[in-house]
Order: sequence, then structure tokens, then C-alpha cells
Amino acid sequence: MTTDSSTLTHNILNQTTSAIELWDVTKRFLTPKGQAYTAIRDVTFSVAPGEFCAVVGPTGCGKSTTLSLISGLERPSAGSVQVMGEPVQGIDPRIGYVFQADAVFPWKNVLSNVATGPLFRGQPKAEALGRAHEWIARVGLAGFEDRYPHQLSGGMRKRVALAQTFINEPQILLMDEPFSALDVQTRILMEDELLHLWSSLKASVVFVTHDLEEAISLADKVCVLTAGPATVKGIYHIDLPRPRKVEDIRFEPRFVQLYQEIWEDLRNEVLISYERQKQRVS
Amino acid sequence: MNVKSNASLETLTTPASTGVPSAIAARRRRRILVYSLRILFLVVIIGGWELATRVGIVDKFFWGQPSGIWEQIVTWVTQGTAQGPLWEQIAVTLEETVLGFAIGVVLGIIFGVVLGRNQFLADVLGPYIKAANSIPRVVLGSIFVIGLGLGIQSKVALAVVLVFFIVFFNAFQGTREADRNLLANARILGASQRRLTTAVIIPSALSWIIASLHTSFSFALVGAVVGEFLGSTQGIGLMIQTAQGTFNANGVFAAMVILAVVALIMEALVTALEHRLLHWRPNTVSDVTI
Repeated sequence: MTTDSSTLTHNILNQTTSAIELWDVTKRFLTPKGQAYTAIRDVTFSVAPGEFCAVVGPTGCGKSTTLSLISGLERPSAGSVQVMGEPVQGIDPRIGYVFQADAVFPWKNVLSNVATGPLFRGQPKAEALGRAHEWIARVGLAGFEDRYPHQLSGGMRKRVALAQTFINEPQILLMDEPFSALDVQTRILMEDELLHLWSSLKASVVFVTHDLEEAISLADKVCVLTAGPATVKGIYHIDLPRPRKVEDIRFEPRFVQLYQEIWEDLRNEVLISYERQKQRVS
Repeated sequence: MNVKSNASLETLTTPASTGVPSAIAARRRRRILVYSLRILFLVVIIGGWELATRVGIVDKFFWGQPSGIWEQIVTWVTQGTAQGPLWEQIAVTLEETVLGFAIGVVLGIIFGVVLGRNQFLADVLGPYIKAANSIPRVVLGSIFVIGLGLGIQSKVALAVVLVFFIVFFNAFQGTREADRNLLANARILGASQRRLTTAVIIPSALSWIIASLHTSFSFALVGAVVGEFLGSTQGIGLMIQTAQGTFNANGVFAAMVILAVVALIMEALVTALEHRLLHWRPNTVSDVTI
């Protein structure tokens, strides 16, 4: 826990600069065997308002834990997590979260899935449904309002998830490997779609992925985490111009250069994590 | 990004290509074969029974006779039973069954969801619930007859006890198995604790609960009939007991046939309810037995 004076200076800094700020954040879990497991250790980084920040790291290094701390689903064991200049206490209504697995409600059709957020937040039904229709059209699913998730493809379900999140107009958007289950072509389409939606929303984004290519093509800033327990290894600014076309940008010389530079950093961590997994198996 | 309309899907399903008519004919032939074999099976079993009793291999006094069973049913329908008109007996048993089923299901869902949501309470009460479940609960019927009398209450109580545990365990498990991602998503989207229960936990536990309804309905019927055995003034269970007391084997079988018809009709109703409640699922298991 920080002392009063340092909290004060944080607040002053945050109000002027950051939408999200993590300060020496550590998160430990108690395993079923009763041992403490450190998921992330002393993580410090910040995201400016409207900035798109990608977090990359080897599988299982605690990237998702970072997101659940920002969202308020989990509390940090040490350090401070601040959103819009205030410490996170519970779930902030300004936050949107797109999950890795399918998290759309299978018993609701597309329309009621998208309308869920506004209805939970107490909007009148007619208004919520009207806005849901609007958002369904914006993600390209007009005509599919009465379908159930099992009748849709993986890419279409992701569109539903995006509409479900964006309809709440979040100022902070957290994304946990949202497209990792999709095939490569669908994935590129969805990445473009996301950039398009984001440009009109102006939200601060934390996008967790293990795919460096995806991270560079989407983000303003790439934050590399070490093998678990994760801590920040390096932060890279991606100076590629916007608007970007995800399918084309990966052939630009500057993209390749950035990729090599960050990959140098990431490769070692991936190797460490891989060695550990091998040891665990044997 | 636009997604194409489903017009392209329709072209896939038109039976234009060759070979389709013959495939349809083959399917129809197979269906006719299945139905005729089913009827044959029934004829062989019933006919064999009838024949065996007529020839004298099997004693019809002890084991009944299909034609005698049929006569018994006709007598009950036209002249009524010893306790009164047949439909009244069916109505009494059905009333006990449905009441016991409804109360048991509601209690089972409430306790299942509450304990599923509250780990502490589940830890405290867990051993007692397991112990209560391991007792053969039909025995409680005697207590209910002593305590609640020969009327409808003792049968409903027995049916409730039988139904409750099945539904309870399914609701409990269903609540526990609610997808963590769905719960997290609902919380982020702004669900209060109450909405979390009504909008996420109960719908996701519903497929577990519905699956238990088939079994628990037959248990409700068992509860009602056994309750009537143990002491009653009306109902199909009493008809069976009376038939047994007068060495009327045909009467026991006839009551069984009536029970089977009632059970099948109610089973169809439960299946219809299941389809209504679980229409969002790709494939629902509608028939547990086959």
C-alpha cells in the first residue's frame, strides 16, 4: 500500500496523463494445495486517454490477470491500480471487457444479447432494443437479430461480443486475446473491424495477445511482459500511421523493423516459459 | 463489412441433384420396416402370453391374461371401480402426482440455487443432505400416513420428498457449473447480484434442471402410488392394492396399463415444456431412456 503523499502525487499525475495506471502491482493466488502462486510481480505501466496499448507475453504469464485487476474483477495483492485517476474499487461502469472464450449468453438471441448491458444498467426496454438494433447493424449482423449463438459462426459470435461491449460506450476497453480462436482470415477482418469501431469510440484500450503481429498492427504502444510471474520487460511505441489496414500493414518495412526489435525481447521470455512447461511435464 | 444474407443457404437444400428421390424412397422403406417390426414385436409378446395362458402352460389365475386385462379395463371404464368411477381414481392420483411434482421442483430449485450460490452454507449443510439422500425415502411414506392421514396430503408429501432431492442435486450442480466467463461478462455489463442469479445462473442451470424433470416426474408418480398403497381411500394405487387383496392379477395389470398411459402422456408434456424452455440449445436430449 502506498502512503498518503505518494497517492496524492499519483492522482495529480493521473488526471493530466493516464486513463489507466498500474503502479508496482503484484497479484498472488492461493493454489488448492495451499501455496501462494505469484501471477504478476511489480508491474508498472500506464495507458493514455484514447491510446491503444497491446500487452504481449508468453502463454500463461499473467496477461489475463492484469486485465482482471484493471476491470475490478480481482483485487491486487500489492501496488495500486487506477482508472481515470481513481483507485479501482469494484467494477467500473466505464469499462468494457471482451473475453477470450465465447461469453455471449447462449440462451439469448443476438438482439437480447446485445441489449443485455443497457438493460442491466436500467435503460428502458424500448430504448435498449433500439440501440441494440443500431449496434448490430454497425458490426454487420443486420438480419441476424433473432438467431441464437449456436446458429452463428465463431466470427459472427465475436461480432455479437463486440456489439455487446461497445453498446455500453466504454471509455476503457479491455480485450483478452479476443480473436485467438478465429481462423487467420476471419481474424484479420475482425482486427480491421475493431480499429474501425475504436476510431469512432475514442476509448483507451488494453489488448492482451500472444501474437506479436496482431499487437503491432493494432496498437500505439506494445508492452512486453516476462515469463511468469510477469513483470514489464519493455515498452515500444508503434509509430505506424493511422488509419491502418491490418492486411497490408504487415508488409511495410517499418512494421518488419519493429517486429524484429520487439521479437528480440520477447523470444527469450517465450523460450524460458517453454523450458518451464517442459520441466513441469517431465 | 457486410455479411451475406442466408439466400445462399437455400440453394444447398433444394433436392435438385440426381439420386435424391431414391434416397427418400429408401428412407421411407426403412421407416415402414421399423414400424411393422414394432407392431410384430407387440403381437408376439401379447399373443404369446395369451396363448400360453389358454393352452395352460402359464396359470392365468396367478399371472393374468391379456384378454382378461382388457375386460377388466372395459369393466372399470363402463361400470366404475370398487372405489367409484375410474376417471375419479385417475384424477386423484394425478392430482397427488402433479402437486407433489410442482412443490418438489420449486423447493428443489430454490434450495439448489441458494446452496449453489453460497459456498459456506453448502459446506455446513453438505453432509446432512448427503445423509438424507442416502436413506431409502419411500419408508417416509409410513410416517406421512401416520402424521398426515389417509387423505391427499400424505401422498403429496411422499412425492415431494422423492422429487425434491433429484431436482435439488441437479439445480445445485447446474448452479456450480455456471460458466465463469459468462458470470464475469454479466458483471462487467452491469448485472447486480440479483440479476446475476436470475439472468445468468438460473438460465444456465436450467438445462440441468430440465434434464432432471423426466426422472423426477416418474418419481412423483411412484410417490403418489406407493402412498396410496400404504393407506388411502381413493386412487390407482388403492385399485392395485384392492386387486392384490382379492387375488385379481388382471386387475393389477390393468391398473399398471392405466398408469403407463398416464405416465406417457405426462412425459410428453414435460418434453414439450423442455422444448419450450431450451429452444436456444442446438440439440436437446428429449428422451433419456432411448
